[in-house]
Amino acid sequence: MEDKVEDLLQEELVIINMGLRGFAESLEQQEVEVVQVDWIPPAGGDQEMIDILEKLM
Amino acid sequence: MDIKQKIEKANEEAVRRLTSGDPVLVDVAPAGEVIPGLENKMITHSGPPIEWGRMCGAQQGAIIGMVIYEGWAEGPEEARAKLEKGEIRLEPNHHHHAVGPMAGTISPSAPVWVVENRAFGNRAFCRQVEGRQQFGEFSKDALDGLRLWRDIWAPTLREALQKMGGLELNPIIIQALQMGDELHNRHSASSSLFANRMAIAISEADVLKERALPTLQYLAGHNLLFLGLAMACGKAITDPVMDIEYSTIVTAMARNGTDFGIRVSGLGDEWFTAPAPVVDGLFLPGYSADDAGFDMGDSAIAETVGWGAFTIGGAPGILTLVGGTPEEALEYTREMRKITSATHPTYRMPALGFAGTSVGIDIRKVVQTNVSPIIDTAIAHKDPGYPIIGAGLVRAPIECFKQALIAFSQKYNT
Repeated sequence: MEDKVEDLLQEELVIINMGLRGFAESLEQQEVEVVQVDWIPPAGGDQEMIDILEKLM
Repeated sequence: MDIKQKIEKANEEAVRRLTSGDPVLVDVAPAGEVIPGLENKMITHSGPPIEWGRMCGAQQGAIIGMVIYEGWAEGPEEARAKLEKGEIRLEPNHHHHAVGPMAGTISPSAPVWVVENRAFGNRAFCRQVEGRQQFGEFSKDALDGLRLWRDIWAPTLREALQKMGGLELNPIIIQALQMGDELHNRHSASSSLFANRMAIAISEADVLKERALPTLQYLAGHNLLFLGLAMACGKAITDPVMDIEYSTIVTAMARNGTDFGIRVSGLGDEWFTAPAPVVDGLFLPGYSADDAGFDMGDSAIAETVGWGAFTIGGAPGILTLVGGTPEEALEYTREMRKITSATHPTYRMPALGFAGTSVGIDIRKVVQTNVSPIIDTAIAHKDPGYPIIGAGLVRAPIECFKQALIAFSQKYNT
């Protein structure tokens, strides 16, 4: 497993950032290629709403 | 069927009704003659129900104006005293199949646009659109505009309409959307197209020149003329969508400057409210954000049927009024697809590859995505006595949709 991680870090990284854009921007400033996925937790993380939505969607 | 299937089926029906509306202008008539339940000494207003004491400054100013206009008081002090004593009944437009821009005030002698949805046989009503009294101004000049509408312009239009037997509005709406209108705050194309049709009808109706000429001048010089018609269309289209069991589709979004309210098909005529938000906008010279009241008006019926800020990507001309860039406008329009159920088969936007407008706001999708409907709107002063002071963009409060979702869950025992 450790070998695989080390191998991965030897290669050119392809990074997908989900959610907060700030992490992607930090990497872009270091000239690392990043694919940004806009993602927020369902219902903004409101558990009461998540429970209702699970029944209705 | 489980509840998810029942909701899907109900929403399909809601969308079918939303997209098959056939609005026809059939009359311009005194409100007291045509609006069900509009009695003497009653004024209807925009937004969800609210009592006089909680009304914002602009809505109070507009109501004072209507009391004077109707001759129920000589001046603002007497009008205010009568209103404080409860001598004038105040009810929401939406409870009378009506809508009104900004303060939205309608009183019995004020003529309203009468639009019939020929697909379902129902009628809806909207008052005239102007830039002063509906924003809370009650000066003599502001009220004289209402008197000209009552005495000259509306009766002339009524005569012409009766002669022509009504006017189908879908052809104007479809064409205006392709000419860069979004049908909330930009009505340059729709107003011109409507004026063209009515100019011919007025000529054919043999109206006296003393009334015909000023009416033609009114039609030719009013860039927001069609807003009142678009709002009546919106109400006529959404009313048949109310009361579909299990539907989670929004049937009204309306604000009174104090509260923002929504109604949902499967929840009947109940309102779900939250404090009216601040509008992020541009201001006319002499005014700033410090002067602004909160979001107000029934005009969000435009967004409820997929116009206004929902189609702003196809109407970049409006940005000079409300602010923002064309790229942002396109993003708003695309974003609204996340919270709606369908696209309209005939209301299309050339700038988005002739895509249909997004229709059928689903409260489940709003809560799930945390994306609120966006609305472009005018801004009134926080105090009574002022005309329009600006325009901008605002988001419906997500709290309304969360409350509605809880009520839906309780009603349908989930």
